Amino acid sequence: MTGPRPVLDVRRVAKVYGEGEATVHALRGVSLVVERGDYVAIMGSSGSGKSTLMNIVGCLDVPSTGTYLLDGVDVSRLNDRQLALVRNRRIGFVFQSFNLIPRTSAVANVELPLAYAGVQAKQRRQRALAALELVGLGGRANHGPNQLSGGQQQRVAVARALVTEPALILADEPTGNLDSKSTTDILSVFDELNAAGRTIVLITHEPEVGARARRLIKLFDGQISSDVRQRPIGVAPALADQPTIQLERLR
Amino acid sequence: MSFLEILRFAVRGVTANKLRSALTMLGVLIGVGAVILLVAVGNGSAQQIADRIAALGTNTLTVQSTSRGGSSNTAITVQTAEALQDPVLAPDVKSVSPVVSTSATITYQGTDHSVQQFVGTYPSYFTASNTPVGTGAAFTGDDLAQGRRVVLIGTTVAEELFAGTDPIGQQVTVSGALFTVVGVLDEKSATSGFQDANDVAVAPLTAVQQALTGYGAVSSVIVEAASTDKVDDVQAQIATILDQRLKVSATSGGNSSTPYRIQNASQLLETQTETANTFTVLLGAVAGISLLVGGIGITNIMLVTVTERTREIGIRKALGAPRRAILTQFLAEATMLSLIGGGLGVAAALIGSQFSIVGIKPVIVPSSIALALGVSVAIGLFFGSVPASRAAGLRPIDALRYE
Repeated sequence: MTGPRPVLDVRRVAKVYGEGEATVHALRGVSLVVERGDYVAIMGSSGSGKSTLMNIVGCLDVPSTGTYLLDGVDVSRLNDRQLALVRNRRIGFVFQSFNLIPRTSAVANVELPLAYAGVQAKQRRQRALAALELVGLGGRANHGPNQLSGGQQQRVAVARALVTEPALILADEPTGNLDSKSTTDILSVFDELNAAGRTIVLITHEPEVGARARRLIKLFDGQISSDVRQRPIGVAPALADQPTIQLERLR
Repeated sequence: MSFLEILRFAVRGVTANKLRSALTMLGVLIGVGAVILLVAVGNGSAQQIADRIAALGTNTLTVQSTSRGGSSNTAITVQTAEALQDPVLAPDVKSVSPVVSTSATITYQGTDHSVQQFVGTYPSYFTASNTPVGTGAAFTGDDLAQGRRVVLIGTTVAEELFAGTDPIGQQVTVSGALFTVVGVLDEKSATSGFQDANDVAVAPLTAVQQALTGYGAVSSVIVEAASTDKVDDVQAQIATILDQRLKVSATSGGNSSTPYRIQNASQLLETQTETANTFTVLLGAVAGISLLVGGIGITNIMLVTVTERTREIGIRKALGAPRRAILTQFLAEATMLSLIGGGLGVAAALIGSQFSIVGIKPVIVPSSIALALGVSVAIGLFFGSVPASRAAGLRPIDALRYE
């Protein structure tokens, strides 16, 4: 079931912050290959470099040394415009702190990546509403971020990440700020997305979140300390027959 | 990503913080409005002066005495004025009207009115000074010779003293002397600064001298040239006569040492226009400062807005916004603030210019509108673009981490 090219191919990536005495080695040569359709959880204590790795993978940051191939393309060779396109079309990023745009309704937040992708307003509204429906927030489309609870805000953020139907969904501690009920909601959304063939990489602190992933990677001090396959890549039979409006369009 | 879409984002950005946007626009509004309106006021006053001088007539010259001491041999008297009407020495002089002017209180049936200019002169004064008679008739040479106490009054005087009644034929008291009103002068549109041109009374010179001023020097002499292009000749002719009469030695030369001054309307026009221009420049400079303050307001708001929204810029970049889309959005916001503010300022100035300000009807200078709007938009664009381009150039992660 693996694709012809790995979605992620990280090769000896290192990241150094600061200079001289204050130098911090956030990553010390991490190599990682993630195949299409995989569900990877990255765990590690704080300061282990997991967020740095995630930012590099999400094209938000650049590595100090090493190369990173996304769908076989070396990201460091892309210019600003191409990078914007990659972030827009290939990657859906879910932040720990939600990062919704303030004073802007949920549906407008979800529409945003579609707007930058140049989708027509009418179609955009439709797809944004469908994505909100998928995360169970169909009824709160017109609420602003300050009118939503943390769990609801995070679900809006998830809807925003998946509305462009990216092949790769990255989540930086998506459940870090949420209660257990919201955590379960978010994780089941991820399960469904993965079942539909999306590649998911998430960072977490919580072992039970890590346990749901197919593959668990532990980072320690900027290096991979363990890499365990928990379940094989492939569509879980129980979830394969649960199409939704949104998921039908997935590759 | 269409431009329209970015504009929509910009509108949302402007309306997200309504009070702040409104205050910024207010700053621009005041700046732009003040520039346009004050320049219009300066321009209006300049035009008013020009109109008034044109109304005086361009073929008249005014001779005034410059000696302050009142020494009898340099003062201009009626005899001096009469001497100017000399067909040999001054062939181009059409008429000469010596003028004595004083302020006096006119009383009619217990009503007092203090007239600013009570003028005693010759009948030729009316045409020379462009003061036509409205109703009634001007006094004649005979009235002058007989020293008859007749008077023509300006419209302001007529309204003050004879509200509702016909003034002609009525008797008024001027400083104890009885005068008969024989006419009312036409209303003059040009008000001379703080003076009302219609607050005037004109009587025969002899009568005024006898009743009010006494037989001394005259205030001025109005000399009418035969035609407009003879004005310079007439000036030279009467200068020669005056030099003779007042015993000015030709060698002492220099206009400053002569005991008289000859002014013609075009000279007057020139000096007055210069004064008015200085006035306009001063007003414009004051208004320019307020425009600058408005511009600093935009700059300040754009700096705050962009800095405060650096995180939002990071989010937008993480979602795939190209650098250009972000730059365009913030530039559109800045332009919108300054354009709307400037537009309202232009509207306010246009409305304000309908009213007269300190007695001056403002006349809008179109270039001041373009300049004021242009400056405000340019300031908004420039100071909006600097922080926006800095933020748009950040790596998404740096923008996201910005606190």
